[in-house]
Amino acid sequence: MTAAVGPVVPVAAAPRPTQDLVTMTRRSLLHMARYPSLTGVVVGMPVVLLLLFVYVFGGAFGAGVAEGVAPGAAGRAAYLDYIAPTMLVMTATAVAQATAISVAMDMTGGIVTRLRTMPVAPVAVLGGHVVGAVVQTLVATAAVLGVAVLLGFRPEAGVGEWLALVGFFTLLTLALTWVTVGMGVAARSVESASNTPMIFLLLPFLGSGFVPVDTMPTAVRVFAEHQPFTPVIETLRGLLGGGDLAAGTAWTAVAWCVGLALLGWWWARATYRRPRA
Amino acid sequence: MPATRPSGPDPTPAIEVVGLHKRYGDQIVLADLDLSVPVGSVTALLGPNGAGKTTTVSILSTLLPADGGTARVLGHDVAREPQAVRRLIGVTGQLSAVDPLLTVVENLRLMADLVHLPRAEGRRRAAGLVERFGLGDAARKPAQQLSGGMTRKLDLAMTLVGDPRVVFLDEPTTGLDPRARRDLWEQVRTLVGHGTTVLLTTQYLDEADQLADRVAVLHEGRLVAHDTPAGLKAAHDAGSLDDVFLALTAPGAPSGADSKEVA
Repeated sequence: MTAAVGPVVPVAAAPRPTQDLVTMTRRSLLHMARYPSLTGVVVGMPVVLLLLFVYVFGGAFGAGVAEGVAPGAAGRAAYLDYIAPTMLVMTATAVAQATAISVAMDMTGGIVTRLRTMPVAPVAVLGGHVVGAVVQTLVATAAVLGVAVLLGFRPEAGVGEWLALVGFFTLLTLALTWVTVGMGVAARSVESASNTPMIFLLLPFLGSGFVPVDTMPTAVRVFAEHQPFTPVIETLRGLLGGGDLAAGTAWTAVAWCVGLALLGWWWARATYRRPRA
Repeated sequence: MPATRPSGPDPTPAIEVVGLHKRYGDQIVLADLDLSVPVGSVTALLGPNGAGKTTTVSILSTLLPADGGTARVLGHDVAREPQAVRRLIGVTGQLSAVDPLLTVVENLRLMADLVHLPRAEGRRRAAGLVERFGLGDAARKPAQQLSGGMTRKLDLAMTLVGDPRVVFLDEPTTGLDPRARRDLWEQVRTLVGHGTTVLLTTQYLDEADQLADRVAVLHEGRLVAHDTPAGLKAAHDAGSLDDVFLALTAPGAPSGADSKEVA
C-alpha cells in the first residue's frame, strides 16, 4: 500500500504566541482571584516565620548579626532588619512552590492534553503560570513587606533603589518560577510537585538568610557563599538598606537569576511535549 | 502538491494510516496498522483493552510519536506537520480535559481565545454551544461542580469551539448513564450532519452499531476487520456486533493475516 496523498487541506492561520500568553495569563489570574486563599497561604507562611524569628529567636540572634547589640529588644530590632529581606525571598519561593502545584494539576488533569492537541505554544501555556506568579509574588511581597514595616522595619531605599528592587525581584521570581514550572511539568503527581520546590524553602537557611555565613563551619560556609540565595539576599539587603551593596554581589545575583530562568524555561519546554503514559 | 487523482469525489481521506508501528519497551502496541477514514464519516475503533485504540488516537492527535509508518490527517503528516494537524482536529480524551476551576462559560471562552476567534464571535459561539449541549443551568458553575455527564458534554463542547474538521473521541461515553450516553450520541450525529469526520474508540458495541458508518476492529495492534456494521455481521454470520467482536478478538484468534481480506 502506498501513502497516496491527495491535495492537502490548507491551513491558513499563523501562530500567535503573544496572544496565547495573554490568554493563559488571564486564566492564571482568574484562578487566583477566584481562590484568594492560595494567595493568603503564600503571604501567611512568611508572616508566621517573620513573627517567629523576630519575637522568639530575634532577641538572642540580633546580637550575632550586628556588632554591639545587646540581647533583648535591641537584638529583636537588629534581627528584624536582618531577616525582613529574607522573608521577601521566602514569599517568592512560596509562590514558586504553589506554581509547581498548579502546573502539575494542569499536567496531570486533562487540560494540558487538550492544549497539546491544539496549536498553542508551550511557552504560552507555561508562561501564563509564570506571569501570573510574578503578579502574585509582587502583591504578596508587598503585603509581607507591609507587615515587616508594622513591626518596625524601616527600609532606607531611595527611588532608584525601589525601582531596582522591583526589577530585581521580578527577575528573581522569573528564575524561581521557571524552575518550579519545570518541576511541575516533570512531576509524576501533584504530591511530588509540592515536594521538589522545598529545596528553595531550605536554601535560604543554608545561606545568609538567617545568620551571617562567617559564623558557619568551613564546609557549610563554602556552600553558603556559593549558592544562589546568598548573593540574592545580600542584594536585597543592600537595596533595602539604601545602597550599601557590592557591585560584584549584585551581578552574581543577577547572573544566577538569568541562568536559573533560562535553565528552567528550557527544561519545562523540553519536558512539556514528552509523551505521558 | 500532487494533482488530484481522478477516482472518487474526495481523494484525500480525513485520516490515512499506513504501516503504523508503536511499541512501549518490549511490548508491541501497534503492529503494521493500516486505516483509512473518508471525510464526513464516523468510524468506530473497536477492540479489547490494550488493543491499541487509545495509542492510535494519541498518534493521530500528535500526542505520541509513532515508531514506524505514516499517519496523515487531511493530507498533513502528523509527525512532520503537527501544527497543521492541530489546527484541523479536536480531541476529547478519556481524561476530562476541562479546567475544573473555571466556569462552563469561561472554559468555552478560553478555547475561543486560544483558537483566536474575535471576542464577539467567541462569546457568540460559547453561548451557542451552551445552548446546544443543554448546559444553560450550569453555565456559571465551576466545572468541578458538574456531574460526569455534564462534564463530558462540556468537554465535547470545548473540542468543538474551534470548528474542527476531524474529531477524535476516545471512549466518549465510558462511565455515563444511559440518558447521558444517548445525549452524546445525538451530539455526534449532529456533528456528522455538518460534515465533520469522527473517529471514536469504544468498548460498547451498541455504540458502534448506533453511530458508525464503518467499524474497525483492532486486535493485538492490528486491524482484523474494517467494514460497515451490517457488513461485519453478514461476513461473520452473526446476529450482533457482540458476536463479531468475540469471534475476532478471541485469545489466539488470527490477528493481522486476515485483515486484508476482510478490509
